[in-house]
Amino acid sequence: MATDPELLSLKVDYKWNPMLPWPFQIRRVKHETEDTFTIELQPLGALEEFAYQPGQFNMLYVYGVGEIPISISGDPANPRVLVHTTRAVGTVTKAMDKMKRGDILGIRGPYGTPWPIDQANGSDVVFVAGGIGLAPLRPALYEVVAHRELYGKVVLLYGTRTPLDVLFRQELENWRARFDLEIYVTVDRAMTGWRGNVGVVTNLIPRAPFDPRNTMAFVCGPEIMMRFTAMELHKRGVDNEHIFVSMERNMKCAIGLCGHCQFGSVFVCKDGPVFRYSEIKEMLVKWEI
Amino acid sequence: MEDLKNILAEHPFFSGLNEEYFALIVGCASNMRIDAGKIIHREGEEANHFYLIRSGKVTLQMMTPNKGPLIIETLTEGDILGWSWLVPPYTWHFDAKALDLTRMIALDGKCLRTKCENDHHLGYELLKRFADIMMKRLESTRLQLMDIYGDRP
Repeated sequence: MATDPELLSLKVDYKWNPMLPWPFQIRRVKHETEDTFTIELQPLGALEEFAYQPGQFNMLYVYGVGEIPISISGDPANPRVLVHTTRAVGTVTKAMDKMKRGDILGIRGPYGTPWPIDQANGSDVVFVAGGIGLAPLRPALYEVVAHRELYGKVVLLYGTRTPLDVLFRQELENWRARFDLEIYVTVDRAMTGWRGNVGVVTNLIPRAPFDPRNTMAFVCGPEIMMRFTAMELHKRGVDNEHIFVSMERNMKCAIGLCGHCQFGSVFVCKDGPVFRYSEIKEMLVKWEI
Repeated sequence: MEDLKNILAEHPFFSGLNEEYFALIVGCASNMRIDAGKIIHREGEEANHFYLIRSGKVTLQMMTPNKGPLIIETLTEGDILGWSWLVPPYTWHFDAKALDLTRMIALDGKCLRTKCENDHHLGYELLKRFADIMMKRLESTRLQLMDIYGDRP
């Protein structure tokens, strides 16, 4: 994990090889909550920018420890800085959590299907995020906010465990202060002192201010939360064709070769992670998949 | 009274109720205003009302030893508060507190449950509506219990 001078002076040309990690240097590590952190990275060597689309993910390689898929959580309009937000729960993310400014990580990517934001032009846009699921949605929010005039109402419904687990709190407050975004936050439990909502995120859907007949919904969170959210959105009148979810499976190669992330007839790494809900709805309730 | 009638008529909870029953329910309704921070009812107290929240926010909470009150759920505009008036022993299971200035319509459950005993069709109509609320709250509670945002949901 130490800063390697050879890597820092890397002068090779960047040639796309989907299996070859590219060295990135950590610019900043920010602890968002007790177990969640954001790392900002910049490419080394010939690669100056890293273009990606909202919803895509990278394979992050902690040298000598292992490689894992993590969604990009930064602003796609700023391709010079690559941002990832994750929880320190496994061997690799715990090692990553200990890294500091100047350390080097390997990156492969970007991979996967993006949030189809262009399809939401002229519609209301509803983002529903659960827990760390706000991170993969944030690039889409940045994009929508940057082109706010293209959309109708823009609503974010965000549910998490407790008030201490609220991610990107400052940013949520800034967005809430705008007159053209509707931001609602709820937590599963709280002690007195919390003046926000308590209850599951699906409880926010029936009264959220959007026109269900003209809405595109982007949902990201634990699979159970996404299933119940999609059902509640549909109950409100949103067409299943207009609901998109981001799936998570055991992604290894990230290019649809190894089969670790096979989900029925699709590979989550290549055909996803963002899927139209109507296309995978039946598979979500099959134990055998 | 006309104002109350209109508000109740617009609420989905009462939709489809016949005029006779609706008039009876309007007769059991009264306006209520609770200042922020005030307790609406406490756990263990007699439950003789249910409430339709018109504006504001109410927390359902329970006292936990050494930690203070734990908020279980918040209810806001349009929500129905309370079903303990319907089920023996007719006592509240949680504290309810107004988090903000809250305006509600209080409905006399004690009076209604006597009427329900005498007229089972009315009882069924009300129970059907409360069963829907109970189902939604049970579903939410199950999701909360699963701790889906934890390490191992």
